[in-house]
Amino acid sequence: MAEFNAMDTAAFKGVWVFCEQREGQMQTISYQLLSEGRKLANDLGVELCGVVMGSELNEDYIKALGGYGADRVYYIDSPLLKDYTTDGYAKALCDLVMDKKPEIVLIGATNLGRDLGPRCAARLHTGLTADCTHLDVDVEKYKDFLRTTSNIDVDNTKFEENTNLKMTRPAFGGHLMATIICPRFRPQMSTVRPGVMQTQPYDEAGAAKVVIEKITPELTADDIHVEILDIKKSAKKLVDLIGADVVVSVGRGISSDVEEGIALAEELAGVLGGVVGASRAVTDEGWLSADHQVGQTGKTVHPRIYVALGISGAIQHVAGMQDSETIIAINKNESAPIFDVASYGIVGDLYKVVPELIKEIRAAKSAQ
Amino acid sequence: MKAIVCVKQVPDTQGKVAVKPDGTMDRAAMATITNPDDLNAVEAALQLKDETGCEVVVVTMGPPPAEGMLRELIARGADRGVLVSGREFGGSDTFATSQILAAAVNKIGVGPEDIVFCGRQAIDGDTAQVGPQIAEKLHLPQVTYVTDIKKDGNNVIVKRQLEDGYMELKVQTPCLLTCIKELNTPRYMSVSGIFECFDKPIDVFDYNALKDDPLIETDTIGLKGSPTNVYKSFAPPVKGAGMMVESAAQLVGMLNDKHLI
Ligand SMILES: Cc1cc2nc3c(=O)[nH]c(=O)nc-3n(C[C@H](O)[C@H](O)[C@H](O)COP(=O)(O)OP(=O)(O)OC[C@H]3O[C@@H](n4cnc5c(N)ncnc54)[C@H](O)[C@@H]3O)c2cc1C
Ligand SMILES: Cc1cc2nc3c(=O)[nH]c(=O)nc-3n(C[C@H](O)[C@H](O)[C@H](O)COP(=O)(O)OP(=O)(O)OC[C@H]3O[C@@H](n4cnc5c(N)ncnc54)[C@H](O)[C@@H]3O)c2cc1C
Repeated sequence: MAEFNAMDTAAFKGVWVFCEQREGQMQTISYQLLSEGRKLANDLGVELCGVVMGSELNEDYIKALGGYGADRVYYIDSPLLKDYTTDGYAKALCDLVMDKKPEIVLIGATNLGRDLGPRCAARLHTGLTADCTHLDVDVEKYKDFLRTTSNIDVDNTKFEENTNLKMTRPAFGGHLMATIICPRFRPQMSTVRPGVMQTQPYDEAGAAKVVIEKITPELTADDIHVEILDIKKSAKKLVDLIGADVVVSVGRGISSDVEEGIALAEELAGVLGGVVGASRAVTDEGWLSADHQVGQTGKTVHPRIYVALGISGAIQHVAGMQDSETIIAINKNESAPIFDVASYGIVGDLYKVVPELIKEIRAAKSAQ
Repeated sequence: MKAIVCVKQVPDTQGKVAVKPDGTMDRAAMATITNPDDLNAVEAALQLKDETGCEVVVVTMGPPPAEGMLRELIARGADRGVLVSGREFGGSDTFATSQILAAAVNKIGVGPEDIVFCGRQAIDGDTAQVGPQIAEKLHLPQVTYVTDIKKDGNNVIVKRQLEDGYMELKVQTPCLLTCIKELNTPRYMSVSGIFECFDKPIDVFDYNALKDDPLIETDTIGLKGSPTNVYKSFAPPVKGAGMMVESAAQLVGMLNDKHLI
């Protein structure tokens, strides 16, 4: 290990994406990360590689990674990697990293990725940046990013001209943005939350030419100190907030009549062609299940339309929805912070405004 | 048998958050609390104590006033505290932090039946990285996002939360578990606990106490040594507030004009 991390950073080449599968199904975060990784690999002029672990996976899924930008896929195949264990996955990934020496490794900040990432970074003796929302290697692109998102006087600030990965993430519950670098060690590692990066359109040609390298890991049952007894899916079908075109979220403002508040949100979501989300106040109360939660500790969404009903707009909530294309807020308190991020706001009682809104939308649609 | 709990003191980001003009956090202007997930970790350890009579040791790395937090946790039922504190440790990233905490846990000593508990995530740094990194450095198996714990001889049976369900896992001790709020409801301080908390020991581990531990690499701790550095920090962009509209009809008219519906 000492030898590995004492090496010159220039010995490391290529951008890697850990492509997560569960029960043989590729997770959509993998496509989001490949799309983002593709841009970085282009800026660096290097290869983009996907790393998949599993057992007897469907080759079509692996080829599809090429359609989302991978030049090469390392498919680490072993019965011991069928389901995720920290020990098995960390060993397989770290061994491959030490062998091939990529300069960047991106991992989805899912419940599994957030378990795997730090374990591997510690073993590889390198830094890890959590929950990144923006990545750059090119200094000019990074400056353009700062111009649009920060109050930094970019033209009068000195920037080192190098291709270190600049990893931007929210911290302190979204009150602060920080760009983190890892200049001394390789690979530069970061986790990225699902829904933050956009998936690029699938490209048939990429899928046709991707190089698949199958790898048999040096892994034995003795390497794994945890035994999986059971994997249970929650019985209910989960709401697909991240893929939704329209999200209508409810907050504690529905407390006076929870049932009616949720029914109104569902009806509004229905006419707009969307799904229902919630603030944490609502999921904490158990009015809707946790998979509905939008925000820093919930899901990050950027639908075409986001409607906030009776949500105050706490920074932790806003962190998960501020990049929505159009934000509509309905709140009876005219000074609620949600209005600061809304494209359109109506001050009023949601139980009165929403039925009117539904009626007006129906009328407008039938007139189209 | 011991339960060792890593606990972080954090600024209360739920209250007023003070950001200085240069984009850094004005910690002095903010109240501090015990990191919420860490209270669940302490409760898990105390439940293990109720069941097995094990010793509960709470460990924090932070400035000297963090001792107050350790006293409060002793008042809840912990047996002793360890304050890891030194100028050399300041500004550590998660790699460096976990190295120092792993060395501290090593010094406390991890026996064959022991469990190290962490919170899943601290609400200030927000990375959820320190737990797994400590586990790696101590070569302990880890389970993160734990929502249920049952001791079973030299094993623990735990439930680990997934986005769409859970995994049930059997893990050998010693091991490290990271706890989330679904795991339990933290108890309050007891009156007798408050009386006794000043009589229980709190050890202070400074740089000299830890620097010779084989886990410590003196060139990867603190602000200078940390693998990751903050390159730039800034306040998040404030979106220009949008337009207030009077009625649902007016709103739908505007949405319609923009072809949004
Ligand atoms: C570490 C941490 C992580 C967090 N993560 C998240 C997260 O991921 N997501 C999240 O949402 N929160 C999160 N929170 C919680 C967050 O700080 C807020 O407490 C929460 O978002 C508040 O939810 P709310 O807006 O529904 O409720 P409230 O803040 O109570 O707001 C209710 C709003 O409804 C309005 N209202 C009341 N009645 C009506 C009515 N009849 N018609 C119209 N309006 C009405 C009120 O004016 C008020 O503005 C987190 C907090 C912490 C500390
Ligand atoms: C703006 C900003 C961004 C940052 N981003 C990164 C980053 O991306 N990567 C990185 O490596 N570092 C980063 N850091 C540094 C990081 O915040 C610190 O290392 C911090 O001390 C530990 O990380 P955390 O708060 O994320 O803890 P987490 O990893 O979220 O904490 C998990 C658990 O570990 C235990 N724990 C954590 N810290 C302590 C402690 N001091 N004492 C006792 N137990 C503890 C607790 O049980 C806690 O619940 C950042 C710092 C700042 C200011």
